[in-house]
Amino acid sequence: MASVTLDAVRKVYPGGTEAVTPTTLTIRDGEFLVLVGPSGCGKSTLLRMIAGLEDITEGELRIGDRIVNDVDPADRDIAMVFQNYALYPHMTVRRNIGYGLRNRGASAGEIARKVDEAAAMLNLRDYLDRKPSQLSGGQRQRIAMGRAIVRDPALFLFDEPLSNLDAKLRGQMRIEIRALQRRLGTTSIYVTHDQVEAMTMADRIVVLNGGRVEQVGTPAEIYHAPASTFVASFMGAPPMNLLTGRFESGAIRLDHGPALRAAPGGRSGPITIGIRPEDVRLGEGDHVFDVDLVEELGAHRLLHGRLGDQHFTAHVLKDMPVREGRQPIALPDAALALFDAQSGQRL
Amino acid sequence: MADMTHDTLAAAGPARPARRRLRLSTIGDHAILIAGALLMVAPLLMLVQMSTVPDAEIMRTGPSLAIGDRLWPNVRAALTESMSFSGRNTGLAMFRNSMILGLGFAVGKIVVAMMAAYAIVYFRLRFATLAFWAIFTTLLLPLEVRIVPSYEITQRLGLLNTWTGLIVPLIASATATFFFRQFFMSVPEELVEAARIDGAGPVKFFVDILVPLSRTMIAAMFIIMFVYGWNQYLWPTMIVTEDDRITLVQGIKQITQGLEGGQIPEYGRSNILAILAVLPPVLVVLFFQRWFVKGLTETDK
Ligand SMILES: Nc1ncnc2c1ncn2[C@@H]1O[C@H](COP(=O)(O)OP(=O)(O)O)[C@@H](O)[C@H]1O
Ligand SMILES: [Mg+2]
Repeated sequence: MASVTLDAVRKVYPGGTEAVTPTTLTIRDGEFLVLVGPSGCGKSTLLRMIAGLEDITEGELRIGDRIVNDVDPADRDIAMVFQNYALYPHMTVRRNIGYGLRNRGASAGEIARKVDEAAAMLNLRDYLDRKPSQLSGGQRQRIAMGRAIVRDPALFLFDEPLSNLDAKLRGQMRIEIRALQRRLGTTSIYVTHDQVEAMTMADRIVVLNGGRVEQVGTPAEIYHAPASTFVASFMGAPPMNLLTGRFESGAIRLDHGPALRAAPGGRSGPITIGIRPEDVRLGEGDHVFDVDLVEELGAHRLLHGRLGDQHFTAHVLKDMPVREGRQPIALPDAALALFDAQSGQRL
Repeated sequence: MADMTHDTLAAAGPARPARRRLRLSTIGDHAILIAGALLMVAPLLMLVQMSTVPDAEIMRTGPSLAIGDRLWPNVRAALTESMSFSGRNTGLAMFRNSMILGLGFAVGKIVVAMMAAYAIVYFRLRFATLAFWAIFTTLLLPLEVRIVPSYEITQRLGLLNTWTGLIVPLIASATATFFFRQFFMSVPEELVEAARIDGAGPVKFFVDILVPLSRTMIAAMFIIMFVYGWNQYLWPTMIVTEDDRITLVQGIKQITQGLEGGQIPEYGRSNILAILAVLPPVLVVLFFQRWFVKGLTETDK
């Protein structure tokens, strides 16, 4: 078990792409940290630098107290789970899981005992003598997990481990991985592009965009207090409504709409106003929401339409009567998030 | 063949007309296949027939349908009798020599090619691409083109009449290197990375993971290279001047040379040797057939 410290770690690929801008970050001992962001934002690069599979261009990386910039992946005391599992296709499940131990000179008895333990933990006991090709995607993912936990490393690294599974299995494996990590207490860094995975699994989330850290925080902080319009629109499904508006005579006003609330200290000019779809109140207030589509989702419904001339989505619980067409809607002051219209940063 | 017919019929389902049509076309297919097989097998059957009758009769009548009683004496002569005064080039000895050449070529070429491809694909060599293309270009220079310099080097190294001289100068294979390179490049990058994290160094990765993954490819290469080595004629003829390293392919030629000497050549004996020379390649192909097709078509990753 260990903490991980990144000190101004940067990555420039040989071609000149700066995949990760200088990033400073501390992952606490035992924490489950999720790196989330759209495809190509540098999540994998960051993770692979921590794993030692990619050279660090600049900066310092510590696992525990040890600077590991130049340490071989095998000697970093880490284990990694890959998106396509990366199992050795010609080895049985037993040998797949035990391979790392064998390379480290463990005795046959020790390997057998530890493999058995890991297999029991992951419900793989019945499959130990099969080849990976004879197993389902979920089972293969479990083998990859087994290969990671059997060595009892200081750090688990996951690179989109659930992306190849179907939705149902993904939900199930999410819970399994999280429970396993809780039980073992091993520091974990988990990469995903799926914000639901990030929200449900993380102790803390790091949102990346274009090689830069947009925000670090607990799922609740990220969701309720997004640091930028990027975070606001990336996290949450459906995403936060982002409306253009302006400061005008001491108030904040939607474009083509009534005043929302008092503006903080004498500002003027354009602004972006964010509100989560579930924070609106339908059937009251002085805005007009023109609903043109109701999306039925069982426990709740999503109403899509326009507010003024801007796209807007509202989220209402199933007991609420809904209809299409124009209707009043209230945007409570407390739920509004204000962002700089240019930079997208929260004000 | 029987299985295949059965499957096609089963797949055709219960509809009667469809079944009849299918059967007709199946008969056609089989007729063509059988005709082709006969065409291929006929020369071999002729060889067998001719080795059962006395050599003089072959001179008179050529191949016929007559089966004589000379088969066993011919087989014995072919296997155990020497062709020269040294007494060291019996059929069995030549068979052994051919075997050494075939196996030496196959094993040596596969080992060298795999290691070359491994270096090219997995190590950050400064001139890896250049090295690969240099190797690849040698495909344009078959043995016949460079046989004189190759001979000269072998001779100067004092390797004439040795197994080393026979095998080592031809052991580099651009074809095999190319196939292994293509195969290695299709192995997912994550497998290498997972192995690195699992503490497998370059040698362990090669032995524990890459070689087992390549087994179908190795089988395919083994067939090709074994047959190539087994059938070598020109190179052994140049390198070997002593009887005790002569191969079957060379031996057959030596026997029929009797014709030029004015005597009746020992057709029966050389026919048996020819059959003996065909057998191992056929057996190798039969044995590795399943893997061969797999190696060139599927990937097991
Ligand atoms: N080996 C590489 N060489 C050059 N550029 C790369 C390499 N790997 C990734 N990149 C680039 O770096 C950026 C980040 O990639 P990556 O970390 O894989 O993103 P993510 O995992 O978030 O989708 C992308 O723009 C990608 O094109
Ligand atoms: Mg990635």
